[in-house]
Amino acid sequence: MGRKILFVTSDQQRYDALGCNGGAIARTPAMDALSAGGITYDRAHPQNVVCMPSRSTMLTGQHVSTHGVWMNGVPLPPDAPSIATDLRHAGYRTALIGKAHFEPLLDPFLRFTENRLGARGVFTELDEITHDPHRGFDHMELATHGAVGPLHYSQWMRRNHPEAIDGYYQVLDRELQVNAVGGGDTGAPQVRFNPINREWYHTDWVANQTIAWLGSLPDDADWFCWMSFPDPHHPWDPPQSELHRVRWQDLELPAGYISDAKVREAVLDDKLRHWRGWYDGTFVSNYEAPAHWVPATLTGDQVREVNALTHIENELIDEAISRVLSAVESRGWGNDLDVIYTTDHGEFQGDFGLLFKGPYHVDSLMRLPLIWRPALSAKVTPARVMAPVGLVSLAATFASIAGIPHPPHVEAPRLPFDDADAEALGHERVLTEWDSVLFGKVVHLRTICRDNWVCTAALPGTMNSAGEGELYDLNHDPLQHVNRWDDPAVRAIREDLLADLWDHLPKSVMPLRSMDAPV
Amino acid sequence: MASIRRHIFIDCDAQSVWKLVGAPERLHEWFPITATRVEGKTRWITLDSGITFEEDIFTLDHDLRRFQYSIVNNPLITSHRGTVDVIDDGRGGCLVMYGTDMEPEAFALPIGGAAGAGLQKLKVMFDRKK
Repeated sequence: MGRKILFVTSDQQRYDALGCNGGAIARTPAMDALSAGGITYDRAHPQNVVCMPSRSTMLTGQHVSTHGVWMNGVPLPPDAPSIATDLRHAGYRTALIGKAHFEPLLDPFLRFTENRLGARGVFTELDEITHDPHRGFDHMELATHGAVGPLHYSQWMRRNHPEAIDGYYQVLDRELQVNAVGGGDTGAPQVRFNPINREWYHTDWVANQTIAWLGSLPDDADWFCWMSFPDPHHPWDPPQSELHRVRWQDLELPAGYISDAKVREAVLDDKLRHWRGWYDGTFVSNYEAPAHWVPATLTGDQVREVNALTHIENELIDEAISRVLSAVESRGWGNDLDVIYTTDHGEFQGDFGLLFKGPYHVDSLMRLPLIWRPALSAKVTPARVMAPVGLVSLAATFASIAGIPHPPHVEAPRLPFDDADAEALGHERVLTEWDSVLFGKVVHLRTICRDNWVCTAALPGTMNSAGEGELYDLNHDPLQHVNRWDDPAVRAIREDLLADLWDHLPKSVMPLRSMDAPV
Repeated sequence: MASIRRHIFIDCDAQSVWKLVGAPERLHEWFPITATRVEGKTRWITLDSGITFEEDIFTLDHDLRRFQYSIVNNPLITSHRGTVDVIDDGRGGCLVMYGTDMEPEAFALPIGGAAGAGLQKLKVMFDRKK
């Protein structure tokens, strides 16, 4: 028997969401314990800050320019590399339970397998090209935000609790835009009091289905299970019964929120121009935020309420993980279990007076929680790693755990055990790309993080020109309020980072593949 | 108003491709839908998800090899025009173009994606074997 792999992801979660990373609101004892017994990465970045590209990187071990899923709505080709396929070929039983999102969710033609699986009530489909189960998973049991659409969780809700479906916030409006309707106590967008029973909420459903799948396996199975929670991604509509956990009225405003509007706007004006365009509601570059909402109208109380609901959702995730770990332990697998926890991208949660995400390469969206708790049998010393690492290293890490060779399609080394190991493996920099082309609104960004600097180069687009960018000193400006791109004192650092960036980006796949849905 | 366009070059004469593309009742043979019904200048198409669209056909020009239609009587779609052209490339092959202009704009993306899949299927069906 080999090591078992439980890969746990949340969606749209910040580094500081967890207690082990300094979070002081949400109680996350399960994740804190994983951190204490494992390796915690303090500078982990995604290779793109929206769902589909980032998740495709996790699965393929490739940068965005290589796998080609440059934006939500661009499907990952069915025959794209998958670490799940590699593990399955090595004898692993494989499952993905929860949110996949390698293919568009909005799919009225049911062209995409993820949606067809749910609509047809099945858990796998052999791919016509590879003859493997779709993406390499023996079992895909899928969910997303809310309970509409064809995925398995929605079907389960329709069968068992149809009266509770409307309790969820309606994510998209009649124009298929991210809904701007406000709710809760403060009228914040994408907030709703959801009367659903906690046991029916998608977080607990994902844990329940994971426990059920693990229960179907023989004792001697080796397995890879990706348990993928849709939260704390908007909408912010956790079960109303849980709202007592964190009262928004009791919260301080986050450190990244700039209360003085003049100061806030001066900070935004110092960045690439698309920041201010979005803040003012004049430039919506992508579908990841409500088109009919103006961030400049966001109030401090709305920030507090969104943050409170997010903390509650994070606590529910932690408790769900705890239940799954108990189930694994009860099967006698505890000694051989590797757990990796991360998320696909971050969320502003009020930083800079903003919510949601988009072409904004700062810590709010890029600095992620990432924990690897190796199997106890591997006897790895717990550590915190300061070196920059990317989600692009996950696939190689899974291969390493399973004892299979580094897959040829994978573009990054495994995650390091400590900073010395990081240096030996070449974890010197981490790259993030952004491309959005939406009915004439174009933003292209390329970013490198190295030596505690974040350097973003703008490529020509609607609002930005070649030669423009952002440069932040993470040591002295942890909130990234001061853009030093044009500061002569750090010109040499900027030029060195840019040279390193262009040297290490993969060759782009051009032209960009077609975007087949808004999300 | 969203405007999208997909196209594909097919190594087959335009008239042969048009014989299928210019037959509105045969859309399901190449476009990712499950059923087509035509009565006069009205077409109903059914998607795999069960959704049905009603469409007005307002151009079916066999000389120009152009087909145009609009989705109508749909509470969500406020404006739509679809255009399919099959153009002789002058070298024995053809160019098939599928354009959609519509509001709300987000709806254009899945329709464009389906059109892209349909054009790929046409290529598989008609491209001469090398």
